[in-house]
Amino acid sequence: MWDFPLFPDSASTHAPRVDALYIGLLLVSAAFTFAFAFFVLFFAVKYRRGSRADRSNIKDSSPIAEAFYITVPTLLGIGLFVWGAIVYFDLIAPPGDSVEIYVIGKQWMWKAQHPEGSKEINELHVPVGKPVRLIMTSQDVIHSFFIPDFRVKQDVLPGRYTTMWFLPTKVGRYRLFCTEYCGTEHSRMGGWVTVMEPAEYEAWLEGSSETTGMAAEGAALFRQYHCSGCHGTNSTVKAPPLEGVYGGPVPLLNDPADPQSGVKLIRADERYVRDSILLPKNEVVAGYEPLMPSFAGQIPEEDVLKLIAYIKSIGRGRPTRALDDRGMDPGEGAVTNVTEITGMPQQDNGGNER
Amino acid sequence: MSTESRADDPRSIEASDSTRGYLGADYSIKSWLLTTDHKRIALLYLASITVFFIFGGAAASLVRMELMTPRGDVFNTPDDYNRAFTIHGVFMIFFFLIPSIPAVFGNFLLPIMIGARDLAFPRLNLLSWYVYMAGGLFTMYALVSGGVDTGWTFYTPYSTMFSNTQVIAAAMGIFIVGFSSILTALNFIVTIHTMRAPGMTWLRLPLFVWAHYATSIIIVLGTPVLAITILLVAVERLFQVGIFDPAYGGDPLLFQHLFWFYSHPAVYIMILPGFGVISEIVTAFARKKIFGYTFMAGALLAIAVLGFLVWGHHMFVSSQSMYAGMIFSVLSFLVAVPSGIKVFNWTATLYKGSVSFKTPMLYALGFIGLFTIGGLTGLFLATMAVDVHVHDTYFIVAHFHYVMVGGMLMAYMGGLHFWWPKITGRLYSEFWGALSALTIFIGFNLTFFPQFILGYVGMPRRYYEYPQEYQVLNVMSTAGASILAVGYLMPLIYLPLSLVIGKVAGKNPWGAYGLEWQTSSPPSPHNFEESPIVTGGPYDYELQEFADMHRAVQEHGIV
Ligand code: HEM
Ligand SMILES: [Cu+2]
Repeated sequence: MWDFPLFPDSASTHAPRVDALYIGLLLVSAAFTFAFAFFVLFFAVKYRRGSRADRSNIKDSSPIAEAFYITVPTLLGIGLFVWGAIVYFDLIAPPGDSVEIYVIGKQWMWKAQHPEGSKEINELHVPVGKPVRLIMTSQDVIHSFFIPDFRVKQDVLPGRYTTMWFLPTKVGRYRLFCTEYCGTEHSRMGGWVTVMEPAEYEAWLEGSSETTGMAAEGAALFRQYHCSGCHGTNSTVKAPPLEGVYGGPVPLLNDPADPQSGVKLIRADERYVRDSILLPKNEVVAGYEPLMPSFAGQIPEEDVLKLIAYIKSIGRGRPTRALDDRGMDPGEGAVTNVTEITGMPQQDNGGNER
Repeated sequence: MSTESRADDPRSIEASDSTRGYLGADYSIKSWLLTTDHKRIALLYLASITVFFIFGGAAASLVRMELMTPRGDVFNTPDDYNRAFTIHGVFMIFFFLIPSIPAVFGNFLLPIMIGARDLAFPRLNLLSWYVYMAGGLFTMYALVSGGVDTGWTFYTPYSTMFSNTQVIAAAMGIFIVGFSSILTALNFIVTIHTMRAPGMTWLRLPLFVWAHYATSIIIVLGTPVLAITILLVAVERLFQVGIFDPAYGGDPLLFQHLFWFYSHPAVYIMILPGFGVISEIVTAFARKKIFGYTFMAGALLAIAVLGFLVWGHHMFVSSQSMYAGMIFSVLSFLVAVPSGIKVFNWTATLYKGSVSFKTPMLYALGFIGLFTIGGLTGLFLATMAVDVHVHDTYFIVAHFHYVMVGGMLMAYMGGLHFWWPKITGRLYSEFWGALSALTIFIGFNLTFFPQFILGYVGMPRRYYEYPQEYQVLNVMSTAGASILAVGYLMPLIYLPLSLVIGKVAGKNPWGAYGLEWQTSSPPSPHNFEESPIVTGGPYDYELQEFADMHRAVQEHGIV
């Protein structure tokens, strides 16, 4: 009965660092709380009405005391902020060689899809000791992907990709929750993350995967949705070929409505490919007419992910990972979401989103 | 000290009590419903706010009972649970925490404290109560005729496109009640600027008045943003135009920015009036001038300004830009500094004071302890890396209950006990008062402290069911909640009872300083027999002349 957890398990590289910060904060807060409790009680009792304590020389303000208790908390606060920011940087910047898994949230389940093709629901299998990066989106409302034992959490939004990474350090099964209130079954929208030895993980992938990988399924969809009609090599419509697009710089019209507006270069990442499918008029490749119809509402999120996987597979490898919406390019340190590569005319996109 | 004997001075029970002040001016129902007396309007608010508080509290009890076991048992379906915590949140925030201290104590005391006969716009004041009631009844209707399941935060696109409950009706109730806040705030601002008695300079204003001034500014600047946001929700829901839902080309985060732009300052709307109340109580029961008066007033204004710049700390995991997150984080640390100043100065006020432990002071000491914990846990949330882990878990639930219930509600209870004799002319039982303060303090900590742990081990908020391993902490919390409920029920009995059996209070039962204690209890319809002239600061307890002046007031009814 009395054995209940006071602390979550520590099962990722983030966990000990976040815990250290948490304990640091606990110590600071406990020090202040006990100091206040002590002084409040001590003064209240010592100077209770009728006591004979010395009350001569009463002051009702003191510039020295005030300066002291403005500066000390300010410095302490800035110190904690810096510490918190340092840990946070690592929390959002994945290392280069991550295993990439796609996650889709929907009322009320988590669907995960490994690039090799295996799919799972409310389960996530990952190898121990390897960084894992999740590329997540939602099919309906906002959800939030939370693994307490890893100290990671990230909202999952409709119409947008968010990413999250972790490096599991312990084999085992860990709880997975949805923490953004999402309706009736919110509290049941969870499951388990299973951390396995890498060899086991490979075996699991083999065992559970459909033989075709995501990219192959994407290639089929590419024809099924008639993308190939325009982008294919033999097509008569003038559309940019997609070979080599992913990962490379793409020249875009600064202002899609005005062909004379000049060109800016952006790096083609997952967001770019997704938006090109669903919102093709927003970013028009220089030298092409904005002819492409929008596929918004016609292609389910899972198929979008497969198409992206296909376009990735015919792209130029993966020189950068997708820039997540926090505007962080993990490979290159801090740059804005739309990476300006040259001194060409630039467009201010506000530093994040779309 | 020479002022010591005043409370027991037999002369303090005297002529003014033979009339019943503003209470006895007229007894008809019409005289209440059409009154423009700020004191009667305050009592209208007191009655209605108490009803809404009980309503919200009943919902809390059901929520807490449901969480005693990991499986659903109190409510039949998760939807019922979702509606219950939404009812709880909506009523507590919009119909209790935000209006309560300004509408009850602000209305009653603000004119008296600055030596005015009424607020600047008495009829507008009455209107604001009707608007409040209209909003409240509207929301009540929405909640009983199907309910709302979005949580008080109404996040989109869930609220605009997916929830099939009474979102629009509830949102309109909140929209309406917002106007009531705005009207009251405007009235306060104009009153403080134009109606101060001769000699009542800005630096002689009681901190209670400063607090209401700062709060009113936030209300006037922030509430219209909420109103617009709610309208946008209604528009998207009714006409499917893409504002927030990406399926229609909207931005799912836009709502969160707009909502928190109001709702973060709103937590200061809740707590700043509480700061004002606590300052009055601490100085009165330490019988000593408040320490660092100008810093205390300055801190109130600093919080009001900085409070507008930190809304993004609710959105660290929402995918907002990392740079935005950093700025919101550092500003959130800075907003803690003026809050710290307040706690330091209350503590310093006790030093060399003459402290008595009457019920209001017990509530105030409880406030200092609980608010300190609530405020310091705010630092955990301002620290981005830790917030990523605890965001939307029970750690948050614990944090905001420490601030809102441990802070604002303790201040409200303290204020209620402090000014009860002034409002009604009667003293309540000290024994029961002290017992309620103690019960609430113990019950509160038992309810909400385990939730910090629960949150850090990972239990998300707004969960109808939860993993078995979290049960022990939840049972502790539910047990604490029942103690807490007993603590809140006590005043509901002994305060009304005091009207019948309570001792007559006299003008100044606590021997406190401040214009409200210079007039009769309950005050006459026009507050003062003669308009006061102010010659000193708000808390000049050390001044010998205070004692003499007090006596003069008792004898001649003048200042
Ligand atoms: C007996 C005292 C109380 C208990 C036991 C209690 C319990 C709870 C619980 C368990 C929740 C979380 C529901 C969930 O997220 O699943 C909650 C939420 C909340 N409580 Fe309380 N509460 C109490 C008093 C109050 C008071 C007095 C206020 C305000 C004055 C308040 C304001 C709120 C708010 C704003 C929420 C958020 C609702 C939401 O998530 O939409 N609570 N309370
Ligand atoms: Cu969810």
